[in-house]
Amino acid sequence: MNARLQRWRLVLGALMSHWRRRPLQLAMLLAGLMLATTLWSGVQAVNAEARASYAIAADRLGTGALPRIEPAGGARLTTADFVALRRAGWMVSPLVEGRLRAGAARVSVLGIDPVTRIGLAPGGPAGPGTEGDLGAFITPPGLGYAAPDTAATLAGADLGGLRIVIDEDAPANTLIVDVGIAQALLGMGDRLTALAASAGQPDGVPPLERVVPGLIRTDPQGGAADPAALTDSFHLNLTAFALLSFIVGLFITQSAVGLAFEQRRGVLRTLRALGATRGEALGLMAAELAVAALVAGAAGIVLGWAMAAALMPGVAATLSGLYGADVAGSLQFRPGWVLSGIGMALAGTALAGARGLAQTARMPLLAAGMAAPWAQATRRGLRLQAAGAVALVLALPLCLAWGGLVGGFAALACGLLAAALLLPVVLDAVLRLASRGARGVLTGWFVADTRQQLGGLSLALMALMLALAANIGVGTMVGSFRGTFTGWLDQRLSAELYVTARSEDEGRRIREWLGPRSDAILPIWNAEATLEGQPGRIYGVADDPTYRENWPLLAGAPGLWDSLAAGRAVLVNEQLSRRASLRIGDRIDLPGGAMPIAGVYSDYGNPSPQVMMGLDEFSRRFPDAPRLYQAVRVAPDRAGSLAAELADAFDLPAGAIVDQAQARRVSLQIFDRTFAVTAALNVLTLAVAGVALLTGLLTLASIRLPQLAPVWAAGIPRARLARLDLLRTLLLAAATGAYAVPVGLGLAWMLLAVVNVEAFGWRLPMQVSVPLLARLALAALLTALAAGALPALRLARITPGRLLRVFADER
Amino acid sequence: MNARVIALLAALVALPLSAQERGFAGLGSDVAGFALPDRPRGLTFPADHGPHDDFRIEWWYLTANLRGADGRDYGVQWTLFRSALAPDGLFQGWAAPQVWMAHAAATSENGHHFAERFGRGGIGQAGVTAQPFAAWIDDWQMVATGPDGSPDRLRITARGADFGYDLAATAGGPLVANGENGFSIKGPQGQASHYYSQPFYDIAGVLTLSGAQVQVSGQAWLDREWSSQPLDRSQQGWDWMALHLDDGRKLMAAQVRGAQPFRFGSLIAADGSVQPLTHDDVELTPARGSPPTSWRVRVPSGSIDVTIGAVNPDSAMATSVPYWEGPVRIEGSSGGRGYLEMTGYPAR
Repeated sequence: MNARLQRWRLVLGALMSHWRRRPLQLAMLLAGLMLATTLWSGVQAVNAEARASYAIAADRLGTGALPRIEPAGGARLTTADFVALRRAGWMVSPLVEGRLRAGAARVSVLGIDPVTRIGLAPGGPAGPGTEGDLGAFITPPGLGYAAPDTAATLAGADLGGLRIVIDEDAPANTLIVDVGIAQALLGMGDRLTALAASAGQPDGVPPLERVVPGLIRTDPQGGAADPAALTDSFHLNLTAFALLSFIVGLFITQSAVGLAFEQRRGVLRTLRALGATRGEALGLMAAELAVAALVAGAAGIVLGWAMAAALMPGVAATLSGLYGADVAGSLQFRPGWVLSGIGMALAGTALAGARGLAQTARMPLLAAGMAAPWAQATRRGLRLQAAGAVALVLALPLCLAWGGLVGGFAALACGLLAAALLLPVVLDAVLRLASRGARGVLTGWFVADTRQQLGGLSLALMALMLALAANIGVGTMVGSFRGTFTGWLDQRLSAELYVTARSEDEGRRIREWLGPRSDAILPIWNAEATLEGQPGRIYGVADDPTYRENWPLLAGAPGLWDSLAAGRAVLVNEQLSRRASLRIGDRIDLPGGAMPIAGVYSDYGNPSPQVMMGLDEFSRRFPDAPRLYQAVRVAPDRAGSLAAELADAFDLPAGAIVDQAQARRVSLQIFDRTFAVTAALNVLTLAVAGVALLTGLLTLASIRLPQLAPVWAAGIPRARLARLDLLRTLLLAAATGAYAVPVGLGLAWMLLAVVNVEAFGWRLPMQVSVPLLARLALAALLTALAAGALPALRLARITPGRLLRVFADER
Repeated sequence: MNARVIALLAALVALPLSAQERGFAGLGSDVAGFALPDRPRGLTFPADHGPHDDFRIEWWYLTANLRGADGRDYGVQWTLFRSALAPDGLFQGWAAPQVWMAHAAATSENGHHFAERFGRGGIGQAGVTAQPFAAWIDDWQMVATGPDGSPDRLRITARGADFGYDLAATAGGPLVANGENGFSIKGPQGQASHYYSQPFYDIAGVLTLSGAQVQVSGQAWLDREWSSQPLDRSQQGWDWMALHLDDGRKLMAAQVRGAQPFRFGSLIAADGSVQPLTHDDVELTPARGSPPTSWRVRVPSGSIDVTIGAVNPDSAMATSVPYWEGPVRIEGSSGGRGYLEMTGYPAR
């Protein structure tokens, strides 16, 4: 037993000495794993945090667990209605929801009644947590429960003496108060927003309609109302990116591990000859990899945490901007996340090391430690790769047919992987063609040598190709989106000022005041409604040239603005039209009766269905809808002074008046923040690909000496050899870059035409940006230059003695 | 989270969970700012049928012993509790610091059904008016049906997930003031409540149990009590019984358990005249069990020596605050039927 341990120690010592002599290689191995784990676990942390926020929100707000009863579009629900339902036997509890401006920030206010709420099992309400608080909670000035971040936001805000209590469990950016306190804070009089209902009602309660007409009951998981469902696409997007980065990181690991196995053939042969068994050698090498995985995985998790913490505020802003989901901007520690990070590191290492271990296992005891077998083995692999690529391409339509967001992403994965697998095959074919046309000995050697190296570099080149394609694809998608979005904003924000009143009375007085001072006042009133089974909004708009000339229509029937103004037809947004397959001329069910559709307009930055109708028709159908919001047309140079006068005259709070430029700026800010996360991941992916290329080149540099020595001996100076090597690297990168362009554009098309339509319900025209492509081509060359410089420099400075020794060793 | 809120509400709505620590019913806690029972106050009707918001707790408590057309014994409970979270009466609507809790139960020999409701005062979801008399929470109600609007004629309804009842009660005798003109002492330190009863109801109606309807009729007893701190901190709970004796007399007997048990009661003649019972007038001896669903009850001054036993020993009210409440049969010096309530026993 002791003897065996002793032997193991010796074998391990011999194997480990390799890393001592080549610390850079060890650094590569660890860096590859660490980067892979960092990107993966960082994104997972972001996802987990956001999901936890939704879960808390769903749990605390009861949106996840309990059915909701709401007034049909624009109708009022009052405390008296709640009492009437309770007295009829309905197990319901009131909810008041709204947004409150507190200084510069806006928080969600949730008013609950903890007393009736406990009767509605299951699902706990938020609210007073300690004895003695209930009285303080329900009697003015009341208690408000808020998460620490939210409480900090609210510090100093005038909330009528409300005492804020820190509650770690409170949903993000939400203030929880009693129903009555919420009504007062939001100026809602005796109005309620909705009722939470017990899932099962007692036998024999009268139908809802008979007690309080005009109420709609929606069951939980009612589709789009759930932020988790809405934001799934966003998280899937992030996860796909993380997986891509992880794979690229694994390429680095793979090269480092491959190199280490290759270079230790001699040591292994010696050890085996000295009596170490194959199992011992393999086991110890596997153990060595496992330790590396644990160390690098742990470091990757720490870095991933840092990355997630840095990204989280941006993600929170994105989710809030795009979906209105409140997510905390800070991170919480979750043990499961650490485990999954370590697990991914171990699994990734196993994947990356499998080939090296398998080769070691198959290695004939007496085979020389030469590079040729590796390169030949890879050439055999090319055929396999081509076959794999064909299989993946064949699977692509299946994924698309499967449909949905997951199908879209699966198709993306198939396409990208097939493209990556085909890259070495294509490059090999190009080089074969080039070798036929090659003139001169040196050129012939250069092409042949490049072809020979392809095997060793193919993984790194695939990584580079994937990174470039992802950059092109996502860059084009974001660019197209931004271009369309900017144009759309110009159309949509055609009025100079947007004014929100605090009460209907104030709204009326503001309109009177504005009358003689502006060119036109366009009331924009809206009501919530269920549209084709999903919660959405109906807008009433005035008949005005502002709309006729600017509104971003995708399709429209002739004379649509006239029929809209006359209340004969409505417009729907693109999301609604796509989801419900509604076309012009179709009729859509609306509160107060179905109407034909006269047009479809684009509506970005909003995932919910929307309908527009003429103001008169809207007022007829929704007499109780609050009349607070209006657009104002005025000469653009007078907008600023008019806004100031208006704010003075009515003592309006900041934010009640928004001018066109400001709205545009805020919208674009939200947009840019939304994609800041993707941009960051893009840069990281490209950096990782650069590291992979460097590792691959370093690997090759040390193996290739036997092939370079004869060329050098034939009279080519080392510096020229080095230049040729760098040129080769640049040419390969350029070829890879060229190859990545169609792949990236294909990816962009998939994102725009499949994934976006599934995720948001809108389809954007693709705008190919030449500057983007040029920038990325440059990035590819710079990456190759950076990665190729060090190996070339080494080759240029290699001692003639080492080159000579090649011939000595060969003998 | 739910448990937390229930614990909180339970603590505030009259009856808390940790009986051992705080004394059952949270009644051993602070009374700052609330009115206290007043010995010479007496009773005023119809005003005293209504709520007394300046007192911390109050209840309208009706129990009925019924016999079904099927010949079986049934029991019914209808209880409304009011709890004031603050003595301040300034706040209206949602801000009113009154919280209401109600329990309804229907018991047969082999079944015990119950339900619980909560509601806020100030908005109309739950409340009591004195004249015409009406007490309600949600769709449960106990309302006067006679032309005088008094509680002499009542309609009582309630329903839960698997039971319901609709009963009509008519008082066959006068209201009865317990203790000293309605001032009822509950402990050796003089803790007290205002307490009157209407023990003379004849009651009939329909009982629905697990979907099956049965016509029932029998006797009912209404207890009205309000106070701000009826229990000593050391007192843990009580045993209370309201018995309809076959000889026409009614007996209310109760003990508050603590370091020193404190007993009190009323022996009510068929004409409504009442003999207050003090600690030494009543002997209550539990049989085995916790809570004990059988008792020996002796009132020597009234020549009463009976044994009471539960119609259904499994009559636990697993409500937010658990207790035991169910109909009993009486044997001994006189036969009869009645109701037994036991609070503050460790949960089984």
